[in-house]
Amino acid sequence: MFRDAALVAGKDLRIELRSRVAINQVLPLAVLLLVLFAFALDPDTGLLVRATPGLFWIATVLCGLLAVQRAFAVETADGVTDGLRLSALDTGGLFLGKAAAVALQLIVLQALLLAGVVVLYDAAPSGWLMLVVTCGTATAGIAAAGTLFGVLAAGVRVRETLLPLLLLPVLAPVLLAATRAFEAAFEGRSSEGWPWVGLLAAFALVYIVAGLFGFGALLEES
Amino acid sequence: MTSKFAVDLPISADQPSLAGPSGTGSGGTRVLGALTLVGIALVAFLAFVATPADSDMGDTVRLIYVHVPIVSVAYLGIVIATIGSIAFLWKRSEWWDLVASSSAEVSAVLMGLTLVVGMIWGKPTWGVYWVWDARLTSTLVLFLLLLGYQAVRRTSVDPWVRGKRSAIVGLLLLPNVLIVNRSVEWWRSLHQEPTLLRLDPTIEGLQLFTLVLAIGVTALMFVWLAVHRFRLAWLQDRVDRRLLVDAIEDRRSEVTV
Repeated sequence: MFRDAALVAGKDLRIELRSRVAINQVLPLAVLLLVLFAFALDPDTGLLVRATPGLFWIATVLCGLLAVQRAFAVETADGVTDGLRLSALDTGGLFLGKAAAVALQLIVLQALLLAGVVVLYDAAPSGWLMLVVTCGTATAGIAAAGTLFGVLAAGVRVRETLLPLLLLPVLAPVLLAATRAFEAAFEGRSSEGWPWVGLLAAFALVYIVAGLFGFGALLEES
Repeated sequence: MTSKFAVDLPISADQPSLAGPSGTGSGGTRVLGALTLVGIALVAFLAFVATPADSDMGDTVRLIYVHVPIVSVAYLGIVIATIGSIAFLWKRSEWWDLVASSSAEVSAVLMGLTLVVGMIWGKPTWGVYWVWDARLTSTLVLFLLLLGYQAVRRTSVDPWVRGKRSAIVGLLLLPNVLIVNRSVEWWRSLHQEPTLLRLDPTIEGLQLFTLVLAIGVTALMFVWLAVHRFRLAWLQDRVDRRLLVDAIEDRRSEVTV
């Protein structure tokens, strides 16, 4: 299963590297979001610095939505899903591979966003252990839930609108928990952040298990 | 008819007839409906006339007899929807699929009403329609999740595809509810004074009786609505399949003539 996952993840990442959509479009979009937040919230009042953890995660979730949509746009064209099903790869491995590819792209994106908030918002992140663990668990949750709902929406004509409607309310707890954990880390109160990390881990676990069992059934219909 | 055109469609194996019931009512549901209406009238009398107004909240307290029952029954409906989704994946029967979807749909309506009634109560009590209280926020997120489930229901006309997709979303409703409630409660309790929405804990006597009766009546109403919704969906599926079978037969007869 893990070998299959590595194959699928490698394939998806190679497509992203060669097509350069993630690099040329999604990453600039993330920076653009940071600029738009600054327009919406007056940078002089200190509001922007205080809102940094929340804005960071809103940008991540929105870009995550795009990454998931991309991950399944490349599959639905030319009947690639049928090819995948014929390839006899383990469906659990398929799920893990696609989720891992999305997760890796999101990690790169978060590194850029973090640099962005330091430079543009004058944020001073601290509590690095908490930051890294939060990014890891939250990204696992976003990628797993995104991949599960992504394959569900992939075969549907209205997928561009269905996916956000399904995924964003589901990701609300992730947004909330990751933001609070970041706030705790930024303000040097790491002990307050760990329950939130626990919640993120529980969320990721629920969706990884659901994906391992549900992905195959949904792939058949996409 | 030549074998060339005998396409092996899964739908043609079981050709449903339209000679079934033409409505969704039956003896049972009429009794249920009558009981519900009598119950609502009784609750309305108790809530508006028999029970006293609250010393702090005045007449707005009477909204409790609507608010608490509909939100409790909506949660019950979500539990039924999750059970129905699991049973569908296990038994693969259309019956369970429609049980899950009918419950979820009635629950969505009740959740929406809960939010509206809560806001009507909030304006005179708190001076605002909305506060970012844990319970309000999680109810709103839950309502949006239920709308997402309804959207999935409408993505395919094939009952099997539709059932599988919505069963997986429905299966995740209950874990989502738990995670959302947990996160939102922590969120508010860590950063804000205790919740504003606290029902009077010393509710007793006639008020308590009215509330319990209202919950019972609302549960009856839920069953009444869900049974009708179930039968409607069942008939709708029959009509859809019948129309498709008829269309295929028309085409075949054109060719053989």
